[in-house]
Amino acid sequence: MLNFEPSIRIRDLRVRRGGRLVLPGISLDVRPGVVTGLLGPSGSGKTTLIRSIVGVQIVESGEVTVLGAPAGSAELRHVVGYVTQAPSVYGDLTVRENLHYFARVLDADTASVDEAIRTVALGGHADQVVGTLSGGELSRVSLATALLGEPQLLVLDEPTVGLDPLLRRDLWNTFHELAAAGTTLLVSTHVMDEAERTDDLVLLRDGRIVATGSPDQLRDRTHADDLEDAFLALAEAS
Amino acid sequence: MSLRITLATAARVLRQLRRDHRTLALVLLVPPLLMTLFKYVFYGQEATFDRVGPPLVGIFPFVTMFLVTSIAMLRERTTGTLERLMSMPLAKLDLLLGYGLAFAAIAVVQAALTATIAFGFLGLDAAGPVWLIVVFAVGNAVLGMALGLFLSAFAQTEFQAVQFMPAFVIPQILLAGLLVPREKMARALELVSDVLPMTYAYDALARAAADDLGRRLALDAAVIAGFIVLALVLGATTLRRRTA
Repeated sequence: MLNFEPSIRIRDLRVRRGGRLVLPGISLDVRPGVVTGLLGPSGSGKTTLIRSIVGVQIVESGEVTVLGAPAGSAELRHVVGYVTQAPSVYGDLTVRENLHYFARVLDADTASVDEAIRTVALGGHADQVVGTLSGGELSRVSLATALLGEPQLLVLDEPTVGLDPLLRRDLWNTFHELAAAGTTLLVSTHVMDEAERTDDLVLLRDGRIVATGSPDQLRDRTHADDLEDAFLALAEAS
Repeated sequence: MSLRITLATAARVLRQLRRDHRTLALVLLVPPLLMTLFKYVFYGQEATFDRVGPPLVGIFPFVTMFLVTSIAMLRERTTGTLERLMSMPLAKLDLLLGYGLAFAAIAVVQAALTATIAFGFLGLDAAGPVWLIVVFAVGNAVLGMALGLFLSAFAQTEFQAVQFMPAFVIPQILLAGLLVPREKMARALELVSDVLPMTYAYDALARAAADDLGRRLALDAAVIAGFIVLALVLGATTLRRRTA
């Protein structure tokens, strides 16, 4: 994979969900090896865009290329890690049993299970049944699952909702470490202070991309002091 | 398809069941208890108990596996784990066969336990080999599982899924010939029963119990296998990588 090729390339993507045109035709390039944030209010189309990139969404038209292959291709299933907004793990298995099963599916080794548990700081709960964990712990199990098997692209749909600020900071540090090691990350959020920690930011509103750029660029462009004001200025201008 | 993933899935399903002690106890203990109930309902009517008993050894696993599988698969759909698996390198058959192996293993224990109680303690008599009845009971469990996997796609909630049991299973039991011989039913119902899987499952169990081990039994076995494959293939088509 050449460095200057985008990890994700989207052209004129149109998606209809439940009769509503959620994405009326968007185009986007996501750079490899950085953390790209997908910022937008609830209902702006973040999840639909993410589902299209992972290849689980039926799209009406347009082109989504991921790591050089059409989104959802069989060869991508080994290299794309995906975390849905709602934690999708087995409530009647322990943390370790959940990860162990998904590791077997991905053909990842036991060491990567331990490492994923460490990364999301669930070492103390490794042998606890997932159904008895708190909401924040549950979403960390879901996140750990996506870290298995060294994915080249990680697509995370609001992975830090309801987490302790300290843990959130640690996870964002982890995201940057992964990016530094060559992983591409696309992380959706509706929280401004998280958007601040991304390398690239994509502002989404009503299914349209309002602006893209680094947080600094977006602030400079709008002469705003903080991202919230920049977002407001960009949204009103569009 | 991958043997590694199929076996990992089977182990995972068994682990989930093992953690649910109450379900496991119900699955294993209810059939022997019902068999005991039948014994005393037909108190003093040994001939009737001997006619109805052996097929029941094989019909209980069908019913339990149908229910347990349809709920388990519905949970995979509603909790998002199916969507996660579908975004991973897992073939649809890995998932279906994984479930099949896990529930077949449970069915072996269930059928063996029921048969041991019925033939060993309740005085049930069969002319044919008991092991063959157990084999058909396990085949029946796999059939119930395959149908449950397929039908679960048509349920959005667990309430709906459990209603599939009276809707799809009870009519098949009524028409299979267990209560009334099929040729004595209204002709239309007899024709309907010709295309229902339970008819062949019941016929196989009755023939095995009567030591009627001929070509009809082989045909029954082939039809049961055919229904299992058909239900699994149809089940696979309901597992979608992409959804709306």
